[in-house]
Order: sequence, then structure tokens, then C-alpha cells
Amino acid sequence: MTSWLASISPPSRRDRWLQWCLRATAWVVGGILLFLLLFLLREAWPVLRDVGLMPLFDDPSWHPTEGRYNLLPMLAGTLYAAVGALLIAAPLGWACAAYAVYFAPRRLAAWLQKLIALAAGIPSVVYGLWGLVVLVPLIAAYQPPGASLIAAVLVLAVMILPTIILLTESALRSVPRELLHGAAALGLGQWGSLRRVVVPAARSGLLAAMVLAAARALGETMAVLMVAGNVVQFPATVWDPIRTLSANIALEMAYAMDHHRAALFASGLVLALLVIALMLMAACLHSPCPARESRRGRWA
Amino acid sequence: MRWMVAIGGLAAVMGAVWALSPAPSATGGTGRDQSRLVVTGSSTVAPLLGEIAKHYEVHMSAARVDVQTGGSARGITDVRQGLADIGMVSRTLKDNESDLHAYPIARDGIGLIVHADNPLSDIRTAQVQAIYTGAVTHWRELGGLDQPTTVVHKAEGRSTLELFLAHFGLHNTDVRPHMVIGDNAQGIKAVAGNRAAIGYVSIGAAEYAIEQGTPIKLLSLDGKPANSGRVRAGDYPLTRTLTLVTSAPAAGVARRFIDYLLSEQARDVVVGQYFAPLAP
Repeated sequence: MTSWLASISPPSRRDRWLQWCLRATAWVVGGILLFLLLFLLREAWPVLRDVGLMPLFDDPSWHPTEGRYNLLPMLAGTLYAAVGALLIAAPLGWACAAYAVYFAPRRLAAWLQKLIALAAGIPSVVYGLWGLVVLVPLIAAYQPPGASLIAAVLVLAVMILPTIILLTESALRSVPRELLHGAAALGLGQWGSLRRVVVPAARSGLLAAMVLAAARALGETMAVLMVAGNVVQFPATVWDPIRTLSANIALEMAYAMDHHRAALFASGLVLALLVIALMLMAACLHSPCPARESRRGRWA
Repeated sequence: MRWMVAIGGLAAVMGAVWALSPAPSATGGTGRDQSRLVVTGSSTVAPLLGEIAKHYEVHMSAARVDVQTGGSARGITDVRQGLADIGMVSRTLKDNESDLHAYPIARDGIGLIVHADNPLSDIRTAQVQAIYTGAVTHWRELGGLDQPTTVVHKAEGRSTLELFLAHFGLHNTDVRPHMVIGDNAQGIKAVAGNRAAIGYVSIGAAEYAIEQGTPIKLLSLDGKPANSGRVRAGDYPLTRTLTLVTSAPAAGVARRFIDYLLSEQARDVVVGQYFAPLAP
């Protein structure tokens, strides 16, 4: 339990205060998450008790007022939309960040960063409006009905792009310049240095960018609600409408009673567990931190 | 393993908080004062009541009227639990709701809407059934556009949905929608943005949107034109009575508000929102 700060100098009275304040803050923040999960569980309990867990995954459909509670199509819709958005946004984000950090003239890079930070702050409902008014009619003209998985993927990709770029940029900037100089001295070209030196060194930062972007895509509600069509089904093609778990809650919560309401809390619980699973997965991938070890092995 | 003890302690504290906390409520309004009126329920009635409330506050009384949306079912529950003074319901009361006191305030129709570019102007009951069950999937079969139909349907729990299904004798499990929407405004936007779409919304809301220049049109149903004039004349098949409910016979501020709503003064506001005032 001894922190590295405490090992430098013995704590004074004021330091003790600081320690307690920080400790309390940390516990409160951690406790909120725990409390949230407990709350979701309590609200979802009526449906879990009376209907059981399995019907949430193997009922014939989602018609909660008729006692059918299958969440699986919406779970699939949520995952398809988030993964699709990541597949589009990640390469673009990496390229954009690499350009801004290593290739762009300094003044342009500064402007670019301001612009992207601004884009990151735009409320999601604005992206949704754009999707509804511009994107959906465009898709509908090509392949009706327009409101579809692909519309959700594109709107989400645009939305998470700034997150990916900003975090990737900061990960790239944290790679020590000496590594690049070393790579250049060894005769590696630009592509080689990026792939063999920068990416392994910035690995954990790059991963964090992906995880945060994925979490945002999974939880996004308004924008997806406006463009995805909200039909509960497994999409056969990207042109088919889908409903995500978060959109399901937003769409029906105000009108839901009794078991219907509890089933919506169950969708919230499933979504929360999905995001937690994602975080755990990222933590597992990250913890042995092969990048740092290999760096030490190679450069120390 | 001190941290495990700490987590255990934390869980115990939270459990205690949880056990002691009151059940979650929609409005959290306990101990309201007499000069504030809380009205919750149907999203179809809410814009009308919001407008009436504004006039009431200006012309009649210093009382504050707080209008919240959440569907007819929510209006009924809130009134029963005492969370709201008045509930808004966009249908007549069901048999198991006879414990409440109902005050009919206006009539509204549910109209089928398509994009303004769609050449269709009338639709038959059988055609609506065929479109909504997926038996007909192309406008060509109805003499319309050369495009597949986009069926816009409402999300579960809406009374507009219940009424629509009941009128056309459909089961929600048989409906094959391409798009599911929440309130009237979203339905109107969806149809306005898709030339091949068909949806159903409150006639009042649709007429208001058409007035604002939204490119949609109301289809006549079995030859009966869908507009608020016809609804008022009782000459449109798919209508409903917009109703206010209270748990006890309305008294005090609630009584005065409802009386104002039904008065000659408020009539213009009702017509202005494209609803049909009840005949005096």
C-alpha cells in the first residue's frame, strides 16, 4: 500500500488530508459504477424473476407488450454498428493522426488539431440530424428504405473519428524522439519507422483510443435512433434497418410499464456488461505490455 | 486483502442506501403546492395542453402548469400514483380504468401519410392491411411510384399504435415494418425524407406539419378525406377522443384549468392545433 510519493518524504498533516481526500474521491467514483450496476439489476429484476434469463435471448421476437423479450437481434445490431464504425474510422483516424504528428507543416497541424477537437465536442444529436436529413435520403435513393445499418455505421464512424484522431495523436506524440532518431540511424525509412518503432512503442495508447471509441459507439443513442430505422431484426445486408440496445431504451422507456419497463432495464444491463467486457478485454491485452518490455530489451 | 474488506463494506453501505431509498418516480413530485399543476401523458395531447397552459397562465391565473410527455399509459399511472394532477390520454378509457374520472376535451383522427411526390391520394383498408403485413411490398401494385414501399411503424407502448392495429384488425407480431419511430414529429420527418414511405400519425400533427411546408400528404381512407374538419364533422373512420383524467373529481386549480380548456376562449387554440373541439 505504500505509494511512491510516501516513500520520498514522510507525510505531513496536510499530506494526510490530501491522501484522505484523494482516497475518498476514488472510492466514490468507483462506487458510482457499482451502484449503477446494482440499480440496473434491481430495476430489471421483475422480468428476470418472472420471465427468467433465457427468454431474453431465445424468445421468438421483441414484442414486450405481448410477453416476448428477445434482446439478441438488438445486441447483434449494437455490435454490428460499433464494429462497422470502428473498421471505417480506425484506418482514417490513424492516417490522419500520423499525418498531423509526423508529416504536416507545424502550423497546419495545429489548426487541424483545433478543428478536430471542435468536432469531438459537437453534440451527437447534430450528427443524427445530419444523418437523417442528408445521409438517409441519399441511401434511400440508392437502396430503400435508407434508414439502415450502413447509415448507423457511417454516422457513428464520423462521430468517433475525432476521438480516435485526438487520442492516437497524443499516443504518437508520447513516443520519445530518440527512438525515431535511432530508427533513422539504423536506416529504417518512414514506413519502417512507423510500423516497427512507433506503433509498438505507442501500442497501449493506440489501444486506449480504440477502446474509448468503441465504447462511445456502443453507447451512442440519439444519432443512431435517428438513422438506424429501429426495426428489431438480424440484418441480412447493410441496407437493412437495425435497432441498437441504447436506441431501444430511448425509444420505448417513456411509454413502458411493468415488465416492458423492466425488460428495457435489462437491455441497459446487457449494454453495460458489454462495455465492461470490452474494457476488461482491453485491460487483458494491455497488461503484459509487450511494447515496453521489447523496448527495454532492445534499447536498454 | 484489505481492499476486499473495503469493497464488502462499500457494498453493505450501498445496499443499505438502496433498501432505504424510495421507489423511483416519474416526476418526483411529492408535497406539491396548490398553485402548481402537473400534467403528464400522451405525446399527441401534450402540444395542445402546452399551448392552452400558456394562455391560461397569461389570462386566467398565476398558477404554473407543468406539462410532461410520456404516453397515455404513463398519464394513467402517474395520476393513479398521485405523481400528476391530470393525465393526458389519447383514447377513451378502457374498462379497467373506470376508477379514474375522464374529461373528454377534443377529437383527433389518425391519418395515413405519404411523401408529397407520391401520386396516390386515397387508400383502402385492405391495402393498408396488405402493406403493413408485407403482402404488398411495391408501390406499383397500388398504382403509385415505381419503388418498393417503406413501411413506417410506431414503437411498442404507444396508444396511436394500439388504435391503428385495432382499427385495421392487425396483430403487432404480423406487422413487417422497415422503420420504427417514436412520436408523431419523428414519423413525419421519416416520411418527408423518403419518397417511398408510408406512415400513420395524428391528423392534427400532420396538418400542422403540412402548413409548415413539410412535403407530406394525408391520404383519404376508403374515400373519406383525412382532415380536422372531417374529424370534427364525425365523417372520418379512424378517430379517437383526447381525454384528461384525474383520480378524484377535479377540484380547485385542476377544475378551473379543465373548465378553461372547454371554454369558448380556448376553442381557437384547439382549432389552431388542428384538433376538433367537442360540440358544445
